[in-house]
Amino acid sequence: MLLFIALPIVSVLVQSVHTPHEAVLIETENCDPFGCTKSTAIDQDATQALRDEEPLGRFVGLEIYFDRGHLAVKEVAETWAKAEGIGNFFVNLNNLPFYRSMAFTLTFTFSVTPLMLVFGLMIALGVNALHQRLKGVLIFFSLLPMIVSPLIGSLVLFWMIDSRGIIGSALQWIFNDPALSLKASTGLTWVMLIVYGVWHAAPFSFIVFYAGLQTLPQDTLESAQIDGASRWQQVRYVIVPHLMPLITFVALMQLMDNFRVFEPIVGFNSEAHATSLSWFIFNDLGGETRLLSSAATSSVLTIIGVSILLAPVLVRTWRDFNAKS
Amino acid sequence: MSSTHVLARKRQSLGLKMLIWGFIGLWLIVAAFPFFWTLWGSFKMEADFFSKADWMNALTAPRTIAEHGRAFIGEAYNGAWVQEEFWRAVVNTALVCFFVVCTSLTIGTLGGYALSRSNYRYTFWLLITALIFRAMPPITLVAGYLLPFFEWNLWGHLATTVIVLVAINQPFTLWMLHSFFQKIPKELDESAKVDGCTQFQAFRHVIIPVMWPGVITTGLFSFLLAYNDFAVTSMLLSKENQTMVPKIASFLGTTQTEGNVMFAVSAVVSATAPLFILVLFFQRQIVSGLTQGAVKG
Repeated sequence: MLLFIALPIVSVLVQSVHTPHEAVLIETENCDPFGCTKSTAIDQDATQALRDEEPLGRFVGLEIYFDRGHLAVKEVAETWAKAEGIGNFFVNLNNLPFYRSMAFTLTFTFSVTPLMLVFGLMIALGVNALHQRLKGVLIFFSLLPMIVSPLIGSLVLFWMIDSRGIIGSALQWIFNDPALSLKASTGLTWVMLIVYGVWHAAPFSFIVFYAGLQTLPQDTLESAQIDGASRWQQVRYVIVPHLMPLITFVALMQLMDNFRVFEPIVGFNSEAHATSLSWFIFNDLGGETRLLSSAATSSVLTIIGVSILLAPVLVRTWRDFNAKS
Repeated sequence: MSSTHVLARKRQSLGLKMLIWGFIGLWLIVAAFPFFWTLWGSFKMEADFFSKADWMNALTAPRTIAEHGRAFIGEAYNGAWVQEEFWRAVVNTALVCFFVVCTSLTIGTLGGYALSRSNYRYTFWLLITALIFRAMPPITLVAGYLLPFFEWNLWGHLATTVIVLVAINQPFTLWMLHSFFQKIPKELDESAKVDGCTQFQAFRHVIIPVMWPGVITTGLFSFLLAYNDFAVTSMLLSKENQTMVPKIASFLGTTQTEGNVMFAVSAVVSATAPLFILVLFFQRQIVSGLTQGAVKG
């Protein structure tokens, strides 16, 4: 098990500091009666030999990290120097692929997570107030958006949102704009992806909160009612504090899950307007060229991002664990 | 005075009730309607399901009736399953899921049992690895696996994918089964051992009969992971070995010709159906698995 955790990470690290060998060039001089011409050709054998000898490629250190496709230090410095004000700087920064995916990933993570928490809590409260018989059916249908593969779920929504699909047509009708297409604008694409994210994730928080509501101490709720607390006050001061540990748990889980958002981007075919870090790696890995070292570099950067997100969780778990023992 | 108070309260709760019903109804539609809509549409022609003229065409299906004489046709399924050989992907998915579930459960039950009965507290480290693996985008790990797999000629086989999926899944499986085994009282093994069983016999005859609920829950989650995975399977499998999800994605790449979108629609419906049945039968286990993680973590 450790083998499979540690090795790929090491492998990614090693790959990220290497780059494929350049082809070995040979220069030949062809002389004929009218003079000599020089031609360069790729020495296939020598190149192959070099590649076989060191499959990783040559060592380049941190060069890839700083090139245009990743951190782009040079370009960032340039934009910073040229930019007029902060806003302009960020607009220009958006032209660099890595920062663009980063921006989307972070926006996605930090908008979907709170929205799905609120939404899940509302559904849980609603379902809890319903008749017992209906609950089973409701939970069944609520599970569906979460349990289907993200790619399939996003495709199902994508086809409805398509300008020829049902939701797309409905929106065109509502806004009275026959040319309206959610796919065409960057802002709307982001909104669409975020809506998908909430749709996909809300059932999880719903189920967890619903389970939490079952253990709600009834006498606390009753005494709040006797003291004259309104519905809203009951939710705010009794129910939410009771659910607080669950809320933190769900929030942390979702932060991690949303940070690695990937399939919806493939499903919604939204590469032109929104790319995430995971998609960025996928794009490097796929295709004809398989830019392994570039993908590895992005992976390392993503892992760093994940560990920054994860650090508070680890610290908390460590503290809890020490408190227990 | 008190009667008006009660009346006001009743009226308020009626309004509230309406609000709750409305909201839950809305959620039900939002959650379930897309699936039924897609199921309905998969029996139509593309010109109707994605109608340029009028969205009502998806319901009334004039083009489908005009060309085929009936409102429900199986063309899309025929195209996907026979022409594009989707059945091959289904077989591959079945194989991958079966072996992932079996392998991770075998390692998980034995390992989880051992961990829960040992005195050293592995719990923390187990939890940490499970967490890290949950947080890590699988695609970053795939980037690490690819080069060695190319070098050793392992790329493209189902077995390789199974191993990678098991590895990604294992910390989570171990963690779940470990916490499950901890709930089985130690006295049960001890009394078996007093009766003259060895440790392994105690496991075989005493623990295995009572462990099924936990194993089924964990197995369900391993199955879902293997079934839903896209990043690993699409990168590590060669074209003829693809499982369902990457296969559907590949339908999208070649959607230029008429009707190909419908292949993807019908394939999506085919891939969702097993999950539908799964939720139908194992709803209780899935819910308990989700909440168990919450209570424990």
